Amino acid sequence: MYTKKVMEHFMHPRNVGEIKNADGTGEAGNIICGDVMKIYIKVKENKKGEKIISDIKFKTLGCVAAISTSSMITELVKGKTLNHALKITEEKIIESLGGLPPVKTHCSLLATDALKEAIYDYLSKNSLKIPKELVETHKKIEKELKIAEKKHKEVVKYTSKKEGE
Amino acid sequence: MKIIYLDNAATTPVAPEVMEAMKPFFSERFGNASSLHFLGKQAKEALEKSRGKIMKKVNAKEHKLVFTSGGTESNNLALKGTAFANKDKGKHIITTKIEHDCVLNACKWLEKQGFEVTYLSVDREGFVDLNELEESIRKDTILVSIIHGNNEIGTIQDLKEIGKICQEHEVYFHTDACQSFTKVPIDLKKEHIDLLTINSHKIYGPKGVGGLFIRNGIKIDPLSHGGGHEFGLRSGTENVSGIVGFAKATEVIKDKDIKHMTKLRNMLIKGVLEIEDAWLNGPREKRLCNNTNFSFRYIEGEALMLYLDVKGIAASTGSACSSKSLEPSHVLTAIGLKPEDAHGSLRLTLGKDSTEDEIKYTIEVLKQSVDSLRKISPFGNK
Repeated sequence: MYTKKVMEHFMHPRNVGEIKNADGTGEAGNIICGDVMKIYIKVKENKKGEKIISDIKFKTLGCVAAISTSSMITELVKGKTLNHALKITEEKIIESLGGLPPVKTHCSLLATDALKEAIYDYLSKNSLKIPKELVETHKKIEKELKIAEKKHKEVVKYTSKKEGE
Repeated sequence: MKIIYLDNAATTPVAPEVMEAMKPFFSERFGNASSLHFLGKQAKEALEKSRGKIMKKVNAKEHKLVFTSGGTESNNLALKGTAFANKDKGKHIITTKIEHDCVLNACKWLEKQGFEVTYLSVDREGFVDLNELEESIRKDTILVSIIHGNNEIGTIQDLKEIGKICQEHEVYFHTDACQSFTKVPIDLKKEHIDLLTINSHKIYGPKGVGGLFIRNGIKIDPLSHGGGHEFGLRSGTENVSGIVGFAKATEVIKDKDIKHMTKLRNMLIKGVLEIEDAWLNGPREKRLCNNTNFSFRYIEGEALMLYLDVKGIAASTGSACSSKSLEPSHVLTAIGLKPEDAHGSLRLTLGKDSTEDEIKYTIEVLKQSVDSLRKISPFGNK
């Protein structure tokens, strides 16, 4: 079902962990489907004066696809400029992993969303200009998170009511 | 690499003696049981001998046994067959929230056809509330269908009590015994069971064979029409080799195997529960002798399953990620698990040939795997 590359990243994920005093952190997830990803980035300027991701770490609760796409995105953007990082698509991650089963392609969105959130966090903390597209993505992720939380609360309410019976 | 097969609730290998019993029916005894010549007679004899053997196993004296292609077909026949044949009595069916998908989806389809279905809830361990069952029976109730041994969490329902209630209220009682057959004694007479689903590939028999016991006199329509095979309830040339194998398979699991599996199951539960933030889903007692189902906080079941897979251990999970619908297991949700806890679930089901060493190894691998995944998880160190 999974490619060798996916399994390799799953069994030996790159850049796992947290960064204390990270310049930006991002979280994405859907507690209903169960996957949650956190990304931590350190940002530096290169010789050309461009902002680059000098270090990146992640933690993911999720399936094989979620963990391997998390690992892959950190490899794809480490040492790259923020602009480059923002252009990484789900398709690019999936392609780099040699493909994902169709039912699992949504997992790669978790990785791009979490990374975008980390960059958004960095830019807003430092009062830097945030690209319009990124603002919209941020709003979308926040909204989805709220829906997911609401849906989750409803399910929990239902199940805890059962406990009381 | 050593292979440790702990997914016996999904399927089992065909036992060597079953294979031997089947062999002649692929070649020299290939006849069609409906043919009138000697080859046909041979096949017919084998068919009826097999039928008799399986009927004896559940004390079926007032029932006929219809051979089908497996559990799914038997359950579909039981539900749709009785529903349509008893339309004049009513349109109400009672089942539970923890049935196999083939029962639940047959019920959902029946709802579309105008039938009404009550889905009984279950307690934390997966047991049906008998009072709720009794209160749910209406004047127009045709059938109560309740799974005997649950395929995910191993809960064994009290057939006798359920049978008694159904008998008192004069509604048909069907039970899906795919997981429990030959592991838990079943007595159609004592337990007042009207319809019973069994299958072959969960008990070391071949795939593609199952059966439905039907009490004589019950009104039931066939799903497939044709030459009138199997009492007119399941047309199509009988799968004689498969049926012979099925009958042989009913002898495979012996008392000593049940004791052996129970012992290993308890050992596995004890070992796995040494892991922090892990628990057993389903009951301790009244549980299938080969079933365990655990939840592990802060990790996801498919990831855990594949960690085991890499180490040669075959397991299964109720995680949403592993399902086609991306929904967590309906059984785990029904016993009150939060979605994220159903997400980190793992089912390990033993076989008669499982060994103590395999279980010890599995516990070790599981401990390491849970630990590794928690190190990756954002909630792993709380």
